[in-house]
Amino acid sequence: MISFLIAIGIMIGVTFFFGVLLAMAYRLLRVEEDPRVSATEGMLPGTNCGACGQPGCAGFAQAVVNGEIQPSKCSVASPDVVDEIAQFLGVDAGEAEKRVARLHCAGGKAQAHQIAEYHGFESCRAASVVSGGGKGCSWGCLGLADCKVACTFDAIAMNANGLPAVDADKCTACGDCVEACPKDLFELLPVNQRLLVQCKSALSGEAATALCSVACDACGRCAADAVPGLIEMRDNLPRIDYQSGLTATRAVTARCPTGAIRWIE
Amino acid sequence: MSLLSSLFQHSFSHGVHPEGYKEATVDLPIQRVPFVSRYLMPLGQHIGVPARPVVKVGQQLRRGQMIAEPGGFMSTALHSPVTGKVVDIGPHRHQDGSFKLAIEIEADPYATQRMEPQPPKDWEAMPMAEFVSEVQRAGIVGMGGAAFPAHVKYSIPDTQHIDEVLVNGAECEPYLTNDHRLMMERPEALIRGTEILMRKLGARRATIGVEDNKPDAIALLRGLLGGTAIEVASLPMKYPQGAEKMLIKAVYDREVPAGQLPRDLGILVNNVGTVVAIADWFDRGIPLIERVVTVSGPGAAYPANLIVPLGTPVREVLRFCGGLKEETREVVMGGPMMGAPTASLDVPVLKGTSGILAFTEAETRTGTEYPCIRCGRCLEACPYFLNPSRFARLAKARLFEEAKGFHLMDCVECGSCTFACPSNIPIVQLIRTAKNNLRSRKP
Repeated sequence: MISFLIAIGIMIGVTFFFGVLLAMAYRLLRVEEDPRVSATEGMLPGTNCGACGQPGCAGFAQAVVNGEIQPSKCSVASPDVVDEIAQFLGVDAGEAEKRVARLHCAGGKAQAHQIAEYHGFESCRAASVVSGGGKGCSWGCLGLADCKVACTFDAIAMNANGLPAVDADKCTACGDCVEACPKDLFELLPVNQRLLVQCKSALSGEAATALCSVACDACGRCAADAVPGLIEMRDNLPRIDYQSGLTATRAVTARCPTGAIRWIE
Repeated sequence: MSLLSSLFQHSFSHGVHPEGYKEATVDLPIQRVPFVSRYLMPLGQHIGVPARPVVKVGQQLRRGQMIAEPGGFMSTALHSPVTGKVVDIGPHRHQDGSFKLAIEIEADPYATQRMEPQPPKDWEAMPMAEFVSEVQRAGIVGMGGAAFPAHVKYSIPDTQHIDEVLVNGAECEPYLTNDHRLMMERPEALIRGTEILMRKLGARRATIGVEDNKPDAIALLRGLLGGTAIEVASLPMKYPQGAEKMLIKAVYDREVPAGQLPRDLGILVNNVGTVVAIADWFDRGIPLIERVVTVSGPGAAYPANLIVPLGTPVREVLRFCGGLKEETREVVMGGPMMGAPTASLDVPVLKGTSGILAFTEAETRTGTEYPCIRCGRCLEACPYFLNPSRFARLAKARLFEEAKGFHLMDCVECGSCTFACPSNIPIVQLIRTAKNNLRSRKP
């Protein structure tokens, strides 16, 4: 009976001792954390996608509170949430330009020729290391959905033509698909940029169109029709200077013989 | 004695024992493929920087004339395989499926294609730096398949010295017999090349490592080499014996640590084809314009060992061999273990093309993939003591960085793990996928 009480007594003593120790440590060693950081983090979407370039949402919240980055740099949060964070912290929300991932290839099953069959692990990158994956055009989309698997936001779906279709509303421009694509076909572009070259073939003329009916054959008509300075032909492809501030029009695409340069509705 | 010596015969650990399938071509003498009308010489046929063209479209070429100079130290020259003219310098389909810059040459149908005999070069009097640049100018690369520029191997830093020259005649890949035939038909050139390398590098000894499935080659070389400083090592058959580090382990019982080169141990390893190319350049002035290729496999109508001018389209080589059988499903460039299937038959034969193998449904069938049962056979097979099953698992989960932490980059993609896997997991392909992903990361 007595040993039973001694045991309880010791346990109470030990508990009390460590309790006091912890309480003292809490007082003496505590780190003052800005309460605004956790509050800001609570307002963020919490996807930890890394699109802002910070190590997750907590890192972003810390950076916003420190004034190193503007709230609008979070491409996942809605404009309302961004405003809310800006108001809460009393900072400028910053200019937010919505960007989306655009695919530089339109050569699906119906347009691009297949010269060999690939059997193996169902992944674009796995196919690309086996003689390029069997697609005639070595620059084109292999259609094995590495981007769809990489997308955290379910914004990419494979269409019936075997090409990934990006849902502009769901896309947050996090850049995961850009990294996943072994052919480097994705580019993050402002959503209001309607002019897009959907081809990456470095071939020209019939050599290009023999492999894919919607390939750019490097005729240069789009560059000639556009405002001078907007489109430059380089390495057999039209390069659109989106930063130039020049107005792109639908008319540029009118004389394209293959439809490689498109106006996105 | 033979029992005793077989007891003490060294080999490397792990590895696999694939069936040889060499009967189809082992006794066929090397034939020369006739000249065709069109040749394609890609500028990047070797590991490293592509060569730089020194000819213009429309220019007349003589066979053996240099058409592209080395683009840097890690680069070698290219020579015209044929007398003719340059018709194009532009992107053409490469063996890896991509389009790469290549020089297209149209052969002159009336040319004799004879090469003027050249006086032997005075390699003994040459300073080492000149010898190295001569090898580079001759366009010689490792002929085993990887096409590593040979002169880079001969550029030994002052702090190091080569004691041993090891000639790689293992030819452990199934089906291939090109090295075997070369040893049988040109042993003098092989010995001559080995002597040149020994003398220039200051090596005391040389060893020609040959697997014991080539007893005729071993006997022939031993007969010719009696009393010289070159010996022939007969090695028990095992794959991948022809991998540099495995061959060193088998012949000298020494291990090359990860991240180090054979030269750190004072050893230089060259394939028999490379050594013959050295002899051809210094004795006869013939640069690397052709190579021996084995055409074999169940889909090949008439298997053969051929001397093929570089740049010959694969289609033309196969046509010379009576074409492909109806049931062919896949054409592999190189050996079946490490070679890659080609997507197009219009790609040219390159410096590193050791074989053209045609396979039918039976050989290409991969079988249903089952989950990994952790049996560990891939670990027992891996000659580099890596854990292939872990790489496969991480690659499937796209955790490439983590795989790198487990020495993914030390894998040489020999394929032993995939060969050993009872669950038909395409381990090597997953590893190659992971490596490709890591290499393409933007900094």
